Amino acid sequence: MNAVSFCGLDLAHPIVNGSGTFDAIAARRAFGDALLERFPFSAFVSKTITLKPRDGNAPPRLYETPAGMINSIGLPNKGLDGYLAHDLPELARLPVPLITNVMGATAAEIAALVEAVDARPEIDAVELNVSCPNVKTGLDIGADPAELGSVVARVRPLTAKPLIVKLTPNASDVPAAAQAAEAAGADAVSLINTLRAYAPHPRSPGTPWLGGGTGGLSGPAIRAVALAQVRAVAQRVSIPIVGMGGVQTGRHAAQLLDAGATLVAVGTESFRDPAAGTRIQHELHHLFAKSGNIVNRCADV
Amino acid sequence: MSANGAGGERRTLAPFGRRRLRVAERHEVGAYVVVEAADPDGPAPRPGQFYMLAAAERWGGGEDERPFLPRAFSVLRVADGRLQFMLEDVGPGTARLSELQAGDGLWVTGPLGLGFAAPADDRRALLCGGGVGTAPLAIWQDELLAAGLPAPALLGFRDAAHAEGAALLANPRVATDDGSAGEHHGLVTDLLAAELDADPHATVYACGPPPMLEAVRALCAARGVPAQLALEAGMACGFGACFGCVVPTRDGGYVRLCVDGPVLDAAALAEVPGH
Repeated sequence: MNAVSFCGLDLAHPIVNGSGTFDAIAARRAFGDALLERFPFSAFVSKTITLKPRDGNAPPRLYETPAGMINSIGLPNKGLDGYLAHDLPELARLPVPLITNVMGATAAEIAALVEAVDARPEIDAVELNVSCPNVKTGLDIGADPAELGSVVARVRPLTAKPLIVKLTPNASDVPAAAQAAEAAGADAVSLINTLRAYAPHPRSPGTPWLGGGTGGLSGPAIRAVALAQVRAVAQRVSIPIVGMGGVQTGRHAAQLLDAGATLVAVGTESFRDPAAGTRIQHELHHLFAKSGNIVNRCADV
Repeated sequence: MSANGAGGERRTLAPFGRRRLRVAERHEVGAYVVVEAADPDGPAPRPGQFYMLAAAERWGGGEDERPFLPRAFSVLRVADGRLQFMLEDVGPGTARLSELQAGDGLWVTGPLGLGFAAPADDRRALLCGGGVGTAPLAIWQDELLAAGLPAPALLGFRDAAHAEGAALLANPRVATDDGSAGEHHGLVTDLLAAELDADPHATVYACGPPPMLEAVRALCAARGVPAQLALEAGMACGFGACFGCVVPTRDGGYVRLCVDGPVLDAAALAEVPGH
């Protein structure tokens, strides 16, 4: 197997899920215990948890694009208390480490989330979703390196668990944001989140199709962007990178590892096949067996 | 199974992951196409459950490089180890699936979702379908009839070519929008209202376009008749991952059609979305 060490976590292989692209609790309802026996990821990343419950955006929430899709889901979740009380006991039964993704609109909110997650031993690492607009400026917290650095510096002392910062690709200088996160004490960065995108209403020109107005583009349509941003970030930081964006095959995963990622997250492809993570991991394994380069690079991390 | 031999568990678990089936047969039923795929290792679905389908070849590469995501279809029925699906070419996904031929590969994930529940309180089942919404009623009628229960069906279609789809059920009463076929020139919900006015001790099982389902919901609610509605929504995954297929519920918030439906109790809805 292609075991990999990531921020002190020993993972069976480098394939994880992107936050918000796999609901292990719902999948268990559909597939039963087979999901646990053949769990496709080496760590499970939760969907984004916010302090208060959210219903999510009004539908329609999806739009199919050339080689991809736009989603405007709006981060529906039970809120921190609901997550800890109802979801965490179920997620703790998964056969892999658990990474909990959180998002807050202010540094104080994010701090409250990180403190709560830190108190739960079932959770192995924290991922910060910083694609949240600043209430005052309207800009994503993660798009401004200075603000991002200040948020990460504020929450870093609140947990000893690995702290991953999920960078936004909708920024003018993503490597600068990654550097700011690293300087403020982040243990890893993950990228790319979805690219902001718009879907025109097919029967009502000039109005949006999606209930949320705009959404995020994912799928193979963004793979080349992911490769560019992961590569650029890898040249500027020394902390490990979780690379993602349009991965459909083991070769695509290897390309992200080659660009400097330590782990690769699968997202939209799991929508097309719930077991895609397993297939991609096997394809990657066969590539590893053929190419010592990738093996050595991973072993160095 | 319930005491009367129909209904029972509403969900059959799906094998984990998509599987590649071989199309065994394709035939046209009026304006519709029925595709049959051999599923020797798949479990028997519950009536009202659905599958995510994607052609194994040339999925993508059409206009705008679509389709990309799989498409959700209620199972029409299962016979001789073959899953049958009723299709109508209305977009890039259904166009590609409709042209599948015997021998072609078909990716499926399923069965998914919650199917129909048996009628309670000795109510009789009354099936009401519109257009391609006929599909889940066929497998449900099969089960009800096999259990010795009456399962009268009311079906509505656009025109005579579509009304040929009525042959997929046993002894349906048919309405057409243009009066070119069937006993009633008008809406299937006209037939339903008359049936319920004559005898409201029924449970209605309905699938069809949103305006029809909303009419079914409203006229059942007005008469105190329970109804189970098989809904449809744009769906990326079919197993609860994407949160795309939500519908608003009466008590606020949303449910995902793929894991909490596609069959919903009409009483859970203030209205059928998109009507």
